[in-house]
Amino acid sequence: MSDKPEESGYWAANIRIVTWCLVIWAIVSFGFGILLRPLLASIPVGGSDLGFWFAQQGSILVFLGLIFFYAWRMNKLDKEFGVDEQ
Amino acid sequence: MDQFVINLLFVGASFALYIGIAIWARAGSTSEFYAAGRGVHPVTNGMATAADWMSAASFISMAGLIAFTGYDNSTFLMGWTGGYVLLALLLAPYLRKFGKFTVPEFIGDRFYSPTARMVAVICLIVASVTYVIGQMTGVGVAFGRFLEVDNTTGLLIGACVVFAYAVFGGMKGVTYTQVAQYVVLITAYTIPAIFISLQLTGNPIPALGLFGEHTASGAPLLSKLDQIVTELGFNEYTAHHADTLNMVLFTLSLMIGTAGLPHVIMRFFTVPRVADARWSAGWALVFIALLYLTAPAVGAMARLNISEMMRPNGTAGEAVSVEQIENEERYAWMATWQKTGLLGWEDKNGDGKIQYYNDANPALAERAAASGWTGNELTNFNRDILVLANPEIANLPGWVIGLVAAGGLAAALSTAAGLLLAISSAVSHDLLKGQLTPNMSEKNELLSARIAMAVAIAVATYLGLNPPGFAAQTVALAFGLAAASIFPALMMGIFSKRINNVGAVTGMLVGLTVTLVYIFLHKGWFFIPGTNTFTDADPLLLSIKSTSFGAIGAMLNFATAIAVSRVTAAPPQEIQDLVESVRVPRGAGAAAADH
Repeated sequence: MSDKPEESGYWAANIRIVTWCLVIWAIVSFGFGILLRPLLASIPVGGSDLGFWFAQQGSILVFLGLIFFYAWRMNKLDKEFGVDEQ
Repeated sequence: MDQFVINLLFVGASFALYIGIAIWARAGSTSEFYAAGRGVHPVTNGMATAADWMSAASFISMAGLIAFTGYDNSTFLMGWTGGYVLLALLLAPYLRKFGKFTVPEFIGDRFYSPTARMVAVICLIVASVTYVIGQMTGVGVAFGRFLEVDNTTGLLIGACVVFAYAVFGGMKGVTYTQVAQYVVLITAYTIPAIFISLQLTGNPIPALGLFGEHTASGAPLLSKLDQIVTELGFNEYTAHHADTLNMVLFTLSLMIGTAGLPHVIMRFFTVPRVADARWSAGWALVFIALLYLTAPAVGAMARLNISEMMRPNGTAGEAVSVEQIENEERYAWMATWQKTGLLGWEDKNGDGKIQYYNDANPALAERAAASGWTGNELTNFNRDILVLANPEIANLPGWVIGLVAAGGLAAALSTAAGLLLAISSAVSHDLLKGQLTPNMSEKNELLSARIAMAVAIAVATYLGLNPPGFAAQTVALAFGLAAASIFPALMMGIFSKRINNVGAVTGMLVGLTVTLVYIFLHKGWFFIPGTNTFTDADPLLLSIKSTSFGAIGAMLNFATAIAVSRVTAAPPQEIQDLVESVRVPRGAGAAAADH
């Protein structure tokens, strides 16, 4: 196992995971919550629409999921590449 | 029992608890003072981070800002939580691996430049001091109301308490006190919300009640609210009215700013391992989300309650009379809040009633003329009082009101303590120990940290007495500065090996200066009223308000740093090795053991 994270592929794998998480992060907040809200306007959620729900609560729940997924995935990745804390 | 006595009991008991903890856990060494000896469990750290970070703005101001604007102010909800994703994915684990005490220390080492460290110290101090102002304003409001003194006296009492309290413990004391403060503030926030949600929707979970059914009318709560506010001439609650570009940029500024706030980042230096830093960011957001999922419900339900109180006979019926406000038990809160100067009404047309409607809306002009209304008579309703007044508006028992008083103060005090810690460690560790007097003894370093706290709080108190806006907006400015200066430098320091000292310093200076100038042009130079050239209603650039400018500042910082680094020499090999080592968790224990 190489000492350099770049050569071992560890860093590239991390960047890939981070990128995907950030794409989802942007879609639920800036996307569903603000810019894409008109597209979700036809889906009613308790007196308003799905876009309103994402802006006020949904995005926060997705953020939570993302952080815990990332922590779990990275702690696993550390072990796969043998770079975890011993 | 008299309400004043109940408030005093709740506030007094919570203060005794905090000071007790602070004495029990006071810091003896600099490692304990700056990083709690790195022995904090990730869940404990998450809870402390939540209290540290949820400020007077989150507790006192946010629901009010949402209540009176509706959907458009969802930006606060997304912005202040979304930043934790950036923090967890882009900064926290790497900075923990780096294993030093302060944010400027990382910037100084990574960019092998004392200048970079000093620029980071300046950015940190400017952002943190601005942020403290918001806390002080909040403390003033809470004290002013619950201990029945005017706003200024309240603020001065608050300043003394924060001072006495923050100087005690350092990071170790502050961490454990913040855990207690979190419990107080979340209880205080949720209990009234549960009561109100039960009253209005029958659902004991406010976050679900928001999307539930309004029991009295049988319609969905949000439809009912939309109907009432539009009939009074206000904007439809759930609709999108704000300028979209501004909403996106404001949300982004809050997110990047959250991830760049030094007092939050510092918290991740206190956990034992890199893996813990990752989990801890998640736990922090869990504890934050408990409040943030409730806040929009608090806002909407309070707006509904207030509108119905001002129009007890329906929107088409007679308005509430002055006599009712003065004599009826359920309007007693109006008189108490009037005393603070944050709530006001005036029977302009002399009809003996208080006509609450949007007098700027031409659609209501006809009805106003026919009924002899001469303008909105609920003349002043400060957004900051909504959460604090909410239990009284909903006619909840006295102990709930006392609890909310203690909760609001817990939120403001815990954040103020965290900020003062960040400021004082920047001054004592980065400025004095790192730069001016490197041979300073540990004892003197601790002493200078405490003196720095005293100065910071004096400045914050002065600015708290002359604040540039509502508490939450003042805080938004701090976020803009943290976004424009600190976050980009940290992120590039980790994710790029090519960014060098010159690039990072120019980037930070450009981000900070442009953002600061943009804010001063709109809010007045050094926040002195009347010295502004533009207003946020008519901004200099497109529709970008000064509070949304942090995201632009951050982009300028990134662009400048990348461009300048490209035309100057690459960082030396040992710096590239440092970046490599920060990127992998292995060896984090060793880095911490250096201290």
